[in-house]
This record gives sequence, C-alpha cells and structure tokens, in this order.
Amino acid sequence: MTTETAPFQATETAPFRPIAADSQPANDTPSYGSTHLRHPTQPPLSIPQTVTETTGPRFSPAQFGPMADLSMVGGKQAQGERIIVRGRVVDENDRPIPHTMIEIWQANAGGRYDHPGDQHDAPLDPHFHGGGRVFSDADGWYQFTSIKPGAYPWRNHHNAWRPNHIHYSLFGTGFAQRVITQMYFPGDPLLALDPVYLSVPDQAARERLIAAFDIDITSPEWALGYRFDFVLRGRNATPTEQG
Amino acid sequence: MLVATANQTIGPYWHLIEDPTWADLTRFGAEGEKIVLTGTLFDGGGNTVADAAVEIWQTSPESSDTFPGFGRCRTDGAGSFRFTTLKPGPVAGLGNAQQAPHVAVSIFARGLLKALTTRLYFQDEVLNETDPVLSLIDSETRRRTLIAQKVSADTWRLDIRLQGDNETVFMDI
Repeated sequence: MTTETAPFQATETAPFRPIAADSQPANDTPSYGSTHLRHPTQPPLSIPQTVTETTGPRFSPAQFGPMADLSMVGGKQAQGERIIVRGRVVDENDRPIPHTMIEIWQANAGGRYDHPGDQHDAPLDPHFHGGGRVFSDADGWYQFTSIKPGAYPWRNHHNAWRPNHIHYSLFGTGFAQRVITQMYFPGDPLLALDPVYLSVPDQAARERLIAAFDIDITSPEWALGYRFDFVLRGRNATPTEQG
Repeated sequence: MLVATANQTIGPYWHLIEDPTWADLTRFGAEGEKIVLTGTLFDGGGNTVADAAVEIWQTSPESSDTFPGFGRCRTDGAGSFRFTTLKPGPVAGLGNAQQAPHVAVSIFARGLLKALTTRLYFQDEVLNETDPVLSLIDSETRRRTLIAQKVSADTWRLDIRLQGDNETVFMDI
C-alpha cells in the first residue's frame, strides 16, 4: 500500500491550514460599537488541531428538511424582487464540499426581520419569513430562491444603514471549518460606509463577500440570478501533496 | 490556493434559524450518562449576553444516528445556556497523547465578527492534569475558566466571560 489509501479517509482528519493573514475580521473592531464590551482582550491561545477540531457534525436532509424557497409562505408570493442565489461550496484546495448544510436568514424586501427584536418601522410581510436551509449537491453546488432583502437602519452611529445582505451559516466537514458570514449585492453604495463589511482587512477577501449578478442564473420572466461561492478552510495533507 | 470566506457577525436576528430542540443532544434517543451543561455569558461590563448562539461539539461519545455530537442553544433573557448531552470520555490527542474529557464550544453573537472558540472541561477529571491543551495555559486562574463545576448529580456549570476579569481562555484553532 503506497498512495492507494482512500482519499476521503486520508483527508478527513488532516489538520486545516492556518488562516490567511488579514482574511478574517478582528473581534476588536472599534467602529462597530457592539464589539466594545464583547471582544476578548487576552490573545487567543493557539492549540493543536486534534480530532475535536478536525472532525465535525454531519447533517442529513432526511433529518433537517431543506427549505429552498424563501420567496413564498403558504403558497402566496412575498413582496419584493425575486432572486435566485446559486453557487458552490469548496475548500481552499478547490475541492467541492458535497452534501453540506447551509443555513440562511435575511430581512424582507422592506428591510425588516420577522423577529420580535426587530423594531424597524418597516412593514412585516405575511408571506415572507426569511429563514431557509439547503444542502450542497454531490459537486458542491447549492441554490435557493428568495427576495432581495432591503437595507435597514441600525444605531451603530448617526444615520447608519446596513447594506442589503443575506446571512449564511456553514459547517463543512470539521469544527475548525465552521463559518457564519453575510453575502452582499454588487453596486451597493452602503458597503463603503458599513463597519461590518469593512471589518475584513484584506480588500480582496472583503470583495469576495459580494455576490455577482449572473444572467445565466437569471430565470426569464421569473427571477434575477446571483452567483455566490463559499470557500471553507482547506486541509493540509491532501493526497496529491503527499505524492 | 483559494482563501477561506471571511466571517461576519451572526447579528441579533439569527433566531430565524433557531430550533430549541437542538439544545438536547439526546433527543434522538441516545443512551448513556445524560448530563446538563449550563452557564451564563457575561460581557466586559459584567452584563449578561442575552442574544448569543452557543454551539457545542464533542467527539466522545462518537456521533451516531441517535447522538449528533452537536448542539446549539440560544442564551435566554438572563444570558444563560443549557444543554442536555452525554458525558464525554477521554479523547485521543496527537501522537500518543490522551485528552481529558471535553466539549468544544463556539460563541456567536452581535458584536462578535467571528466566533469565539473555547473548550469546556469537567471538574475532578484526573486527565485534566495532563491534558495537552490545558497544559498550554500557565496561569492556574486562567485554566480554571475552562473547567465546569459540578453543581448537582447530573449538572455541570461553566460561566463564560467574553472580556475583562476572569476572561475565558479563547482559542485559535
């Protein structure tokens, strides 16, 4: 037996690469007010990745049923601009991550969340809830239908508005791959003013949070299409690199 | 090589994906020593954090059809979380090392642009003395921020302090 070990096995417990410099936001981001009392002041402890960090939970669509159409409730269409979001989940080695769960949540077209804590004076839409869940397919592709979320004010600073965005939560195949992020829309003038978006130091990393309009995903007479890919941390020892 | 997608805060409205049953890791019929893990989250001003998502992941007992190994709990109005799970045993470490029983913990909340990751260990475990992660922490006071105290026959408690005095040890993994 030389390199004939099963690739799946070989990669499943290999440690993840270190996080690329400046690709992630710092929790100590003074321009985002809520961070002031919530960011740790002690430096994080670097620990070796053990089986606790290199493996992670698995979710099956049988147990956690997909909810891939956020654009209607009870068979009735939500208000707003219908969109399709499609993309791939891959790792840093550009390998697809198949059958992985993606959780989705967002505001309605008026910029209001269907949540008791959201007191923004914009109407709730009885035909929009804003929570969804999809799974990537065997090649890492995912897709869902929704409504373009509206911008909304928040009290971070005078006249503060969040850009249009959709929230996502992904698990990947290991605890250290866990990511919760937000997807933005191209051409949004609020991006340049948003402390959350601007918290990512590296400009290229930041801009990868912006979806691309895609005419091929756009469905004629039905919905505008956007492309958004997720990249999760890649494992260090891949079969090709062992050779 | 590609670079991993940046994290952004979970924000205050993540409850749109909340499922309260996820706090009970035994809900699919898991057999074993059932325990409760509870605690309260505090910020640097000593205020409780009432809008956080606390997630746990444990590799012992091994996940199965009846035991997901993963749980999520929203902190309640008093900033507290409460999981029902199975008591983990020792976990293999790197090389020949053995890790003390532990649970990995992630904190997501408004004001956190990315998750805070830590571990929960259990009071009175002999392996705590030689655990390869606990051993990296020089200060006994700081090490104690990771060790849950047994408060009843089946309940362990660990408060988590995001900032300030007795700040929890958070980890880069």
